[in-house]
Amino acid sequence: MNALVTGLQGIMQTVGRGFLEKIAAFGQGSLFIFSLLLTLPSALLRVDLLLKQIYVAGVQSLPIILMAGLFVGMVLSLQGYNILVEFNAEEAVGSMTALSLLRELGPVVGALLFAGRAGSALTAEIGLMRSTEQISALEMMAVDPLKFVYAPRFLAVVIALPLLVLIFNALGVFGGYLVSVSWLGVDDGAFWSQMSSQVDWSEDVMNGVIKSVAFGLLIAIVALFQGVNAIPSSEGVSNATTRTVVHSSLGILGLDFILTSIMFN
Amino acid sequence: MTENTEALIEIKNLTFSRGSRKIFDDITLSIPKGKITAIMGPSGSGKTTLLKLIAGQLQPDSGVVTVEGLNVHQLSRKKIYQLRRKMGMLFQSGALLTDLNVFDNVAFPLREHTKLPAMMIDALVLMKLQAVGLRGAKNLMPSELSGGMSRRVALARGIALDPEMIFYDEPFVGQDPITKGVLVKLIKTLSDSLDLTSVMVSHDVDEVMQIADYICVISEGKLIAEGPKETLLNESTGYVNQFIKGLPDGPVPFHFPSVPYLDDLGESQKRGGVR
Repeated sequence: MNALVTGLQGIMQTVGRGFLEKIAAFGQGSLFIFSLLLTLPSALLRVDLLLKQIYVAGVQSLPIILMAGLFVGMVLSLQGYNILVEFNAEEAVGSMTALSLLRELGPVVGALLFAGRAGSALTAEIGLMRSTEQISALEMMAVDPLKFVYAPRFLAVVIALPLLVLIFNALGVFGGYLVSVSWLGVDDGAFWSQMSSQVDWSEDVMNGVIKSVAFGLLIAIVALFQGVNAIPSSEGVSNATTRTVVHSSLGILGLDFILTSIMFN
Repeated sequence: MTENTEALIEIKNLTFSRGSRKIFDDITLSIPKGKITAIMGPSGSGKTTLLKLIAGQLQPDSGVVTVEGLNVHQLSRKKIYQLRRKMGMLFQSGALLTDLNVFDNVAFPLREHTKLPAMMIDALVLMKLQAVGLRGAKNLMPSELSGGMSRRVALARGIALDPEMIFYDEPFVGQDPITKGVLVKLIKTLSDSLDLTSVMVSHDVDEVMQIADYICVISEGKLIAEGPKETLLNESTGYVNQFIKGLPDGPVPFHFPSVPYLDDLGESQKRGGVR
């Protein structure tokens, strides 16, 4: 009987401790994000740091975004053509490709790739900076890591992703053009005119941009939070990097559904 | 502490825990101005944690840490950053910024905190690098430096803003005898010539004894001895004697606490051998 009571007590203690730790982590995370947001205006003034981070997060992600955009556009138009041609509506392949890209695939696939490429790198970098005491060293040199390390990276991610998504979309449309017009023989004029008549600037293009800004915020928060809270060891940093990719990818897909239901309902 | 020396850093009744483990239990000590004070103790005794508590990077459970009369843990974020400009710290790993070369690492605090013209920053950085003997390595990246060189660069960076106090976190760990000799000389020279208050956390008895003026020994969360090094060297019994002479057995037993050996062997035979 006593053993049962002790066992139950043990389980309750474990559950209770775990729950309290989760609440504490959530509180710490919220405080961190709140203080980070407060430092963003001053981080905008450090143009040198910001540009460097935009280069690291944005420019260095360009090759993967360019390649992916091109292939996604090519596949989309190939599949679209095969279906539309049965209804003699193959001219609509341009508008179909563009709408799919602008509304969904551009922001979502772009953000998923960006989370894998730049989000994971960000977490690993911050985790390693902490484990090699670089963050502590900055604090000791009276340089606030919030302003010097975290805020520029946060801003860079939020600025870079929408730009990358726009480039992704442009390349996707170009890929669609290559396949449907140059290869499958869809009429050039019909391809572009259908697209321009169907695509709406604010409903399609801007909603896509708003989505990518939201995904950028999500990736930046997840990647920074995981980096800052990574256990300072090789295993800890590797786990945190994995969590960044998993959490931000699932977050992107979930958030996309919510945003789509608000925007296109 | 000798009575005629002013204390720059005072720690009173400091208690600090990590989870359920008490790292410091009611520690009181003072660190004299302009001297080299060594805080010694075995690995895992929380020596580095003590430096972080002094610098306000960690919050104690209770107790007070005052630096220049200011209670570190009650200062605003802005004030604590102002105070840290008077502190230099040499981390065990060097903690150089890995995306900057040696020159830029040393120039970093100057560029962040002063509005000096580039020419003057160049001259100051070269002067600091000359002091640690690494002017010739100014264009190398941190990944190209040996452990000892990293620490010397970190030392140059630590003194870039001409601090009043400097903290050394295990400066001699994992270094070859020549590098240790270089670091001992550097710490002593810098301390004397810049009139620095140095706090050195270390368990390298030989090196510490060469340069420290005042020594505090910490074990299991308690301050168990403090005094000028001569006093500690003359201890012939107890933990301090074991620690300073590196004796394998004494107040700190050689064996990890366990049941008697024979009982353990008997148990193991009953189970059919050790798993």
